[in-house]
Amino acid sequence: MSPEDGSKLLESDAASVSFKETELTLGLPGESRGLALIEKTSGKRGFSETVDLNLGRSSNVDSDHKKYSGESETDVQNMAKPPAAKAQVVGWPPVRAYRKNAMKGCKYVKVAVDGAPYLRKADLEMYNSYQQLLNALQDMFSCSNFTIRNYLNERAVTSQEVNNGVEYVPIYEDKDGDWMMLGDVPWKMFVESCKRLRLMKSSEAIGFAPRTPSKCSSSN
Amino acid sequence: MNYFPDEVLEHIFDFVTSQRDRNSVSQVCKPWYKIESSSRQKVFVGNCYAISPERVIERFPGLKSITLKGKPHFADFNLVPPDWGGFVYPWIEAFARNNMGLEELKLKRMIISDECLELISRSFANFKSLVLVSCEGFSTDGLAAIASNCSFLRELDLQENDVEDHRGHWLSCFPDTCTSLVSLNFACLKGDVNLAALERLVARSPNLRSLRLNHAVPLDILQKILMRAPHLVDLGVGSYVHDPDSETYNKLVTALQKCKSVRSLSGFLEAAPQCLSAFHLICPNLTSLNLSYAPGIHGTELRKLIRHCRKLQRLWILDCIGDEGLEVVASSCKDLQEIRVFPSDPFVGNAAVTEVGLVALSSGCPKLHSILYFCQQMTNAALITVAKNRPNFTRFRLCILDPTKPDAVTNQPLDEGFGAIVHSCKGLRRLSMSGRLTDRVFLYIGMYAEQLEMISIAFAGDTDEGMQYLLNGCKKLRKLEIRDCPLAMQRF
Repeated sequence: MSPEDGSKLLESDAASVSFKETELTLGLPGESRGLALIEKTSGKRGFSETVDLNLGRSSNVDSDHKKYSGESETDVQNMAKPPAAKAQVVGWPPVRAYRKNAMKGCKYVKVAVDGAPYLRKADLEMYNSYQQLLNALQDMFSCSNFTIRNYLNERAVTSQEVNNGVEYVPIYEDKDGDWMMLGDVPWKMFVESCKRLRLMKSSEAIGFAPRTPSKCSSSN
Repeated sequence: MNYFPDEVLEHIFDFVTSQRDRNSVSQVCKPWYKIESSSRQKVFVGNCYAISPERVIERFPGLKSITLKGKPHFADFNLVPPDWGGFVYPWIEAFARNNMGLEELKLKRMIISDECLELISRSFANFKSLVLVSCEGFSTDGLAAIASNCSFLRELDLQENDVEDHRGHWLSCFPDTCTSLVSLNFACLKGDVNLAALERLVARSPNLRSLRLNHAVPLDILQKILMRAPHLVDLGVGSYVHDPDSETYNKLVTALQKCKSVRSLSGFLEAAPQCLSAFHLICPNLTSLNLSYAPGIHGTELRKLIRHCRKLQRLWILDCIGDEGLEVVASSCKDLQEIRVFPSDPFVGNAAVTEVGLVALSSGCPKLHSILYFCQQMTNAALITVAKNRPNFTRFRLCILDPTKPDAVTNQPLDEGFGAIVHSCKGLRRLSMSGRLTDRVFLYIGMYAEQLEMISIAFAGDTDEGMQYLLNGCKKLRKLEIRDCPLAMQRF
């Protein structure tokens, strides 16, 4: 991993082209930052400006930055409140994409719940079994009163759970695009093939034959 | 100038192996140029666009081995557009057309297609070695072509490539007559492999010395393979996840006991720390250990493993080893020469090591001269201590996850710290810096870093004066990587 290639000064080629045209401006659309920067003799493109827009601006601009940022000071002040996770700078830390992907190892899938206005995301790599996943989903949507039909253990739904809310059946979309019931294949195989999860209302699960006679919840 | 017949000169030149030296030889005079060029067998091309394949063929008709590098280093970090280039096909096509006796091909950061791999496998009868590092554009179908057609293949080494995996049969494509394998590395392949074919291949490869498996090879197969290949020198363990039953574990221990030659260990992709103690058997002989893809190995299990590695010279590890773990390294691995500490969580941006670990290493490992260190924070005091402890650094690469972070204690820029490094380490050839840095650090570098050949700078400096200090001072500078530094480009 010790690359010794002929990488030259990346920006030297820009010297022959109009610098303004080729300068990367990572500002919001509509802002003409480029011109202003060049005119400053000690213009330092503030660290905040190179932050990946997808995750919002960096929150790590400490007071010393203001000395250097100059023109971008106002941008710093105008920043929206940062997200909890640190915002990411393009190409930093300098870790190879291959290594980053290997470390990621995460298998985030979308989780949709019938009737909920927005989806959530769950990292399947975080769990080692269906049971753990179901518990986590239960936690994730704990604000709404519901239970997840657990066909794995063929657990009969208690009347208390049924009375507490709506009953859902967990299904997933696999690599072939088919909607499958959880629990048929070994856990690892499931993680590999699962593309998204859906908690379907029991009342809609007409095609799925439960192993135990279902006690229909008063979902409507 | 030519007192010797050509054959004698050629024989003498045979002893000159380094690229640079051979280049120097060829510049002495015309006859030497001719003889050197016609007898040259190995060529290194640092930038595949620096010269045309036709020119290389014309100059070195006896070429057998070529190394080509494509995209610049920054491409690793998504700083280069994806359509930049770096295609190897024109080279292979030219070599094939000119009937070159190509035997070895090594590529780094290049794009190679399945068609190209097929062309290689059919065009060069004596093809022996294919090494692909950080390449892309091919699938396991291309590998199948290499396996099928290269009768004398010795080395197939795939390092960190992005390979489209068709879950193939590519391993089964090695014919039964292929018994020449010395090195096989497919650790980067994402898909399954034919395990029975793998076992048979290992069984009929008596010269196999290096084997790196991918995650799809489970523990029980590993144990069987080790029984068949006790002379392995370099082993990459694939998957090491499940709790093996006691029988498999005992068999593994037996197999490892027979592997007295293993000097290099890597892999443990998807590892769980159970049963690592089986590997304590081979740790005392290890000179190279790469656990940088094994986030599952940490804490006490990792420290136990390290304590057994008394002869270690090279260690690649994740930052979850922590400062405490690095102190164990410092006290156990007195022969350590190179260490790389990678971030286990490059997305979130929190590293588990600090300046404390770095100082421990510098103080405990007298032979340490090459370091790549991703960390949470740094201080000038620590860097000054490191510089005093370890003036023998030749490669010093520090990456603070927050790239403009100042001294964690004094809030000052890290100019003084890096200044101490370049001042003390007179043999420093490669430097990467991070943290808050002003023009002052470039003043120091220009003044002291006389041997510096490569430098990587990000988010550093205030004005182009810094760059002038650097370029005026470092006479041996060959490679400069720079991003997000305030420079008035017109001055350049």
